[in-house]
Amino acid sequence: METIQTDVAIIGAGGAGLRAAIALAETDPKLRIALISKVYPMRSHTCAAEGGAAGVIKPDDSFDTHFDDTVGGGDWLSDQDCVEYFVHEAPKELLQLEHWGCPWNREPDGSVAVRPFGGMKKKRTWFAADKSGFHILHTLFQTSLQFDSIKRYDEYFALDLLVDDGRCQGLTAMDMRSGQIRQFHAKAVIIAGGGAGRMFPFTTNGAIKTGDGMAMAYRAGAPLKDMEFVQYHPTGLPNTGSLLTEACRGEGGILVNKNGRRYLQDYGMGPETPVGQPQLKTMELGPRDRVSQAYWHELQKGTTVTTPWGECVLLDMRHLGEKKINERLPLVRELAESYLGVDIVKDPVPIRPVVHYMMGGISTNTQAATPLPGLFAAGECACVSLNGANRLGSNSLVELLVFGKRAALSAIEHIGKAPAANTAALNACADQTQQHIRELFSRTDGTESVAGLRKEMMTTMEEHAGIYRTEAGLKEAVARIHELRNRYHRVTLTDKTNVYNTDLFQTLELGSMLDCAEAVTVGALARKESRGAHQRLDFPERDDKNFLRHTMVYHQGADAPRIDYLDVVITKSQPGVRDYSGDHK
Amino acid sequence: MKERVIQLEVFRYNPDTDTEGHYQHYEVSCLEEWVVLDALNKVKETLDPTLNFRWSCHMAVCGSCGMMINGEPKLACHTFLRNYPGTIRVEPLVHFPVERDLVTAPDDFMEKLKRVKPYIIRKQKQPIEQGEYKQTPKELLRFRQYSMCINCTLCYAACPEYGLTKHFIGPAALALAHRYNQDSRDQGRDERQEVVATKEGIWECTFVGACSEVCPVHVDPASALQQMKIASSFDWIKEHLLPGGGK
Repeated sequence: METIQTDVAIIGAGGAGLRAAIALAETDPKLRIALISKVYPMRSHTCAAEGGAAGVIKPDDSFDTHFDDTVGGGDWLSDQDCVEYFVHEAPKELLQLEHWGCPWNREPDGSVAVRPFGGMKKKRTWFAADKSGFHILHTLFQTSLQFDSIKRYDEYFALDLLVDDGRCQGLTAMDMRSGQIRQFHAKAVIIAGGGAGRMFPFTTNGAIKTGDGMAMAYRAGAPLKDMEFVQYHPTGLPNTGSLLTEACRGEGGILVNKNGRRYLQDYGMGPETPVGQPQLKTMELGPRDRVSQAYWHELQKGTTVTTPWGECVLLDMRHLGEKKINERLPLVRELAESYLGVDIVKDPVPIRPVVHYMMGGISTNTQAATPLPGLFAAGECACVSLNGANRLGSNSLVELLVFGKRAALSAIEHIGKAPAANTAALNACADQTQQHIRELFSRTDGTESVAGLRKEMMTTMEEHAGIYRTEAGLKEAVARIHELRNRYHRVTLTDKTNVYNTDLFQTLELGSMLDCAEAVTVGALARKESRGAHQRLDFPERDDKNFLRHTMVYHQGADAPRIDYLDVVITKSQPGVRDYSGDHK
Repeated sequence: MKERVIQLEVFRYNPDTDTEGHYQHYEVSCLEEWVVLDALNKVKETLDPTLNFRWSCHMAVCGSCGMMINGEPKLACHTFLRNYPGTIRVEPLVHFPVERDLVTAPDDFMEKLKRVKPYIIRKQKQPIEQGEYKQTPKELLRFRQYSMCINCTLCYAACPEYGLTKHFIGPAALALAHRYNQDSRDQGRDERQEVVATKEGIWECTFVGACSEVCPVHVDPASALQQMKIASSFDWIKEHLLPGGGK
């Protein structure tokens, strides 16, 4: 097996991975950097983020307000030292992107423009029309091209971490074009592999978001934190699941049920605000968890709209007018028109909540370090505990910048004190992965198909781990996922050739998703309370006495995982009531 | 929702087992509102797990699923079955080497992208602490359209020049060079001109305009190249005809 020696290996070349790579190259030009991704960098799912990125920049705003919005939005499950660091770093990172050429929208005087976003008390979301993530990704990718020390391994599928002496010291990856497995010996590894939304059938997430990075860390012994918190975005296209950005509502779009009622006022987000005059942090600008949950209640009441694509509510943007829609929401107009045949200038568009984002992930601290020495993580795959139980829209694009950079700086510190590697031990570790792949190729007696198991996993997750959950449902889900993980070992490849074998990659991705699904379901079953995006019909209240804690799930091979808890870091904001009832009081 | 049985003719090639490519026929029931990518996914899930193609976002922004559909370069996720009443022929993007089935190798494009220096170049960088570079909405509009490129490389498959002469830098990379040249924050045009204003660059383009016709996000690379040609001609006039080299 060929060995590639590097100083830092980064898994994933989306926003967080690219930001980390640039920070490494800028800080120490002599560092050898391996940027490894199963897709070409510009295909990474950061490109699909639409609305924008939050950072305090305007005179009427303050770090404290951004802090309070984030902590309250996260239902007090955020680590407050992390949030404090984040809100101070956010504007610096957004300005850095501006200096690298990101085409942010502007005010007439040439300063950056900001827009309102859900759960935010002030306008602080920087945006590039409704393609903010796309522009951030391409700005980072193009900027990275000037650094020769960033050596890219595009379309390398990362397989396993190399762990010896209790430290992460590299990884194995398959060159997808040849099918060859290579090992990377690295003094530090940064995982920036994105989320795992594809474990659900209805998601805004692209096909690549299968939790490979999370699962790799989990298998290597690093805990996954708070995985039960899965964010539903309130406004997805009902057939494809494509995201219609929260900016639709930030710009003034309203949500109505089949009777034309702006039903959010019935769920603690009222009173009603005038149409076309959105008010911050209330009604349509409530947080995503609450707005998605309101849909579920409308569904129970029978006040949703029946469409060929299932039960929906309506997102009405007609009053914004064609000019504003074209200027601020061109992608939304195009998506609704082409995939659903609805022109948002002329008609309301049917939408329903859609799985969008994992608040949980690889447990990291504010330095972006995991409990496994030598392993760092950033972006959606990590749980640095910024987002708590519910992420506010436009915090995650900044998160991947702030903690992508932080991971790089921490990795550099770690390299300075890392002892020499035991090459023989790393080789032995890599050989195990190769054996595992060989075994998969040689298996002939399998009775299970990837497509079949994947479908069962998705159905289980949708039925039992959705917006509202119950003890009985979650027990069923835990048992089903456990069963599917056993059956997974009976999958036989149809395609046993070497070049760009997506039958193989989809099999490996299914394995990753099943690992992540296990952590989601056991965490959800054990958390007997309702907080943020985790809602239990049998435990409808938040329980700070028992659950103001992070769930930590540890992989135990074929056995059920071990669950532990970690206290939330509270510095200055004691758990309180989340109030989205506007300024009427 | 209306269902229809779709006939697909799909190019297959596996370098492990084939000496040359061939076409495979699939018949698959689809919803009329689906895109070609949905049909391919249904084939992979229900008929043939060995079929290979790239895809991810399913909303025409990641640029993964470029392929020839009935002979035209298209994104499979944005090509609607309702516009294809007959058999649909699906092939890998032309002008790129085929890795396998519908998967092509974009190495040449990736290398050219790097050559045009698609990043902000400043003689003197302003510290972050001094805030943003001011840029008016009007200045933003001068380059915004060219910043929309999703690197799907459909324009390379459409470009007859690129098909003939592989050293041509090509539409997407040149349009990105133009995007940075037009950005009020950038001072790197002179550096880029060494790559761009050459026979491999803008002067290779014969202004067929096919690139702009196939662009799924309306970047209009052809207009970028025309503007660059005009600007480069003006450079030449300044240097050779104006007193003092126009300085």
